[in-house]
Amino acid sequence: MAAIDPGSLTIASALEGLAKKDFTSVELTQACIASMEAARPLNAMITETPEKALEMAKAADERRSKGGEVGLLDGVPLAIKDLFATQGVLTTAASHILDGFKPEYESTATANLWKQGAVMLGKLNLDEFAMGSSNETSYYGPVVNPWRAKDGTKLVPGGSSGGSAAAVAAGFALGATGTDTGGSIRQPASLCGITGIKPTYGRVSRWGIVAFASSLDQAGPMTRTVRDSALMLRAMAGFDPKDSTSVDRPVPDYVANLDGGVKGMRIGIPREYRMDGMDAEIVALWEQGKQWLRDAGAEIVDISLPHTHYALATYYIVAPAEASSNLARYDGVRYGLRVPGKDLNEMYENTRGAGFGREVQRRIMIGTYVLSAGYYDAYYTKAQKVRTLIKKDFEQAFQRVDAILTPTAPNAAFPIGMKNDDPVMMYLNDVFTVPTSLAGLPGMSVPAGLNSAGLPLGLQLIGKPFEEAQLLRVGQTLEKAANFTAKPTAWWRS
Amino acid sequence: MAEKDYIQGATGAWEIVIGMEVHAQVASKSKLFSGADTTFGAEPNHQVSLVDAAMPGMLPVINGFCVEQAVRTGLGLKAQINLHSVFDRKNYFYADLPQGYQISQYLQPVVGKGELLLDMPDGSIRTIGITRLHLEQDAGKSLHDQSPRESFIDLNRSGVALMEIVSEPDMRNSEEAGLYLKKLRTIVRYLGTCDGNMDEGSMRADVNVSVRKPGGPLGTRCEIKNVNSVRFVQQAIEYEARRQIEILEDGGKIDQETRLFDTGKGVTRSMRSKEEAHDYRYFPDPDLLPLEFEQGWVDQIKATLPELPDEKKARFIEKLGLSPYDASVLVAEKESADFYEKVARGRDGKLAANWVITEYFGVLNKSGQSMEEFTITAEKLGGLIDLIADNTISNRLAKDVFALMVETGKDAATIVEEKGMKQVTDTGAIEKVIDEVMAANQDKVAEYRSGKDKLFGFFVGQTMKASGGKANPAAVNELLKKKLAG
Repeated sequence: MAAIDPGSLTIASALEGLAKKDFTSVELTQACIASMEAARPLNAMITETPEKALEMAKAADERRSKGGEVGLLDGVPLAIKDLFATQGVLTTAASHILDGFKPEYESTATANLWKQGAVMLGKLNLDEFAMGSSNETSYYGPVVNPWRAKDGTKLVPGGSSGGSAAAVAAGFALGATGTDTGGSIRQPASLCGITGIKPTYGRVSRWGIVAFASSLDQAGPMTRTVRDSALMLRAMAGFDPKDSTSVDRPVPDYVANLDGGVKGMRIGIPREYRMDGMDAEIVALWEQGKQWLRDAGAEIVDISLPHTHYALATYYIVAPAEASSNLARYDGVRYGLRVPGKDLNEMYENTRGAGFGREVQRRIMIGTYVLSAGYYDAYYTKAQKVRTLIKKDFEQAFQRVDAILTPTAPNAAFPIGMKNDDPVMMYLNDVFTVPTSLAGLPGMSVPAGLNSAGLPLGLQLIGKPFEEAQLLRVGQTLEKAANFTAKPTAWWRS
Repeated sequence: MAEKDYIQGATGAWEIVIGMEVHAQVASKSKLFSGADTTFGAEPNHQVSLVDAAMPGMLPVINGFCVEQAVRTGLGLKAQINLHSVFDRKNYFYADLPQGYQISQYLQPVVGKGELLLDMPDGSIRTIGITRLHLEQDAGKSLHDQSPRESFIDLNRSGVALMEIVSEPDMRNSEEAGLYLKKLRTIVRYLGTCDGNMDEGSMRADVNVSVRKPGGPLGTRCEIKNVNSVRFVQQAIEYEARRQIEILEDGGKIDQETRLFDTGKGVTRSMRSKEEAHDYRYFPDPDLLPLEFEQGWVDQIKATLPELPDEKKARFIEKLGLSPYDASVLVAEKESADFYEKVARGRDGKLAANWVITEYFGVLNKSGQSMEEFTITAEKLGGLIDLIADNTISNRLAKDVFALMVETGKDAATIVEEKGMKQVTDTGAIEKVIDEVMAANQDKVAEYRSGKDKLFGFFVGQTMKASGGKANPAAVNELLKKKLAG
């Protein structure tokens, strides 16, 4: 048997190969582990779990050899963003403050994946507490995008699910979990040339995922193809009584109608997403996307989402407000890092001062400020009102259209260190993804082409609540038309 | 407000204004947002779920039973039930607050305005306004006395469901405050929504006290935190009011602050000033959906409410002829009221009330036993009252029989039979005793006949004594009158 190149496989093709006994899960997993080790220069992993992976792969092979029923992802090696609690495996949220934390529990989303037979390669790097758009805020150092600039300059993979995007783009994980609070699945997917979907808020359980901003956080798959996202989402999603915001609706077979096409569908193009000074190549790609969908039989409709302009400001009030409260539990008392002090308050200050990085501290301060007496109404209450208006914008638009097409991010991958001194520049990376998050809608990024620098660019599709199946169908059409087959050269192997 | 409620200071009369926030633990087997056990007295940190310890990624799930108890309590306080209410996070750092916030209800509590009636000792009624009732989590406990260098944390209480019941500043003296706390305890115990065990911390009060010149504007208040008995509430108010008056009369001003009551010294001490007060940064908890009820569900709960103390009291007065005071004594504990009703069934209500309140409670309290443990059952006490009612024994003799019942555990009829204590109603036998008494006291008979009416009592006493207390007093009276008249 020839050596397996995991980079050439998709989840769908791997499942086929496993079913046809072209290779075993152990063989596939071994190949992934070898690739993962070779890709260490990308710094995509915080914790590798090769023994656990092989154990799980062996169990998957046994299930298959017995000829009984197998799971939806049986034997498929995946990597897990280190924001998901994994039982007995270090779970860090890429923060110093969770030093040594090994949970006694497994997040519902990952437990669902293991129930369907998936194999865990390890835990992926991310922005600290998922706060960032470049994966540079990680305590474990920045992740390097597998795509390099032509001059060899190292680029960011986007964030916060930067490790996830890099692992899938580099080809050592067939899929990865991500979480998306304001674009953390879609933006890195765009910057790394892969597919990622943030489902409707409430579709995937948040139980066991380290919280950033509870009203926005949503987990989803990051994969090489739309079909793989459909397969993986089906396994991850579902009602969970342990999460009060989880929604009790059946999970459809997202793959079943994936090739149904877009004939007769109405696709909205929001005029507010056409911003001044926008990268001409991104505008051109967006136009191209419209054309592809039109050619496939969809009707392109101009729409307006009038409050788009306020979304970023709204997001950067709501998300830090919730984060400032969610991160209060990291106090050095019960788990993780503790830096002693002469009294309780000093212990808090020392622990949180040493344990949280600058960006996390910045957001805790912003959040604390906007919730403070005297500022609450001006910031938090107002932001909630604007959030409602943004939601209404989408509700009205979706009376006329079935899905919305926009760019995913305002730029391609940028050099590591470039935007570190200007948080607002960094925050602007989320300008197209944040409105969807505020509205709780499903959104996905599909790789659509390369820019003149040879870097991938994605297009974003936004769907109606719980209409992921339809959204994936549009994504599949876009993917087919774009025929994005480019791959980064494996420079990290040398 | 009556003059008597004012405190006389050097510069004249002062009026105390009191409001209370009572934390009542919901009588629930599991916590407000987790399935962990709530039994009192467990080993430290043995009743802690991942949620209670605020492990990363853990989420609260509301305990529907606790919500129902809050609604029941609201209905018991004749309060507005809000069909839409919201859980908020109250943010502050403390070692025994694992999440770094307490889940509570701030702007939209589950229960709104209601009222509570105080049964004053003179039989009158005072109405105290209830501002609101909301659900919240308890914190854990810091143990500072286990080690000289460290503090330990016990999270068994962390996440336990509390109802915070807030009163209007309607109380004017420590007596009313004590009655308020007792009445609230009575109501939640009738409803079964809180066990009211103040010793175990199931009910704790934060007492807000200010003073003012009668009828003047409200003064600055101080909040005395976490007082855990009726007596301490009253002592704390007495001390705090005098402290404030002293400061004001010396030309000072009251700082709004949180104070603690030192039960050993009987004084309140400053805990933190307004400047040190936390900014709790309340905001709606994004992990929880708002509570939404149907009116029908509330009505269903309402239909299952037991008869509450105020209604029971009214019925005792109207249907059983009790005085307001006796009625309020009997309804203060549901067990007492139930016991009384068993005793009174088919008997004279007033007579039964007298026996339950004076004799039964008197002996019970001295015994230190609970009503269930005590040898006198409602049936036994009823049997004794029956013997009084049918003139078998006199009321006075009945007290002796009761003492023997307590002592021996036997029932009244057996004791009366065994001791031959049956009342003598046979006029012949009584006449014979009277004749003997008159023969032995001829001088007194003469005095009586010459107009010294007061001696009648002497003859009654002598006759009763000679009969061994068994003679029917009414018959004795009648026959004596006849015979002494000559």
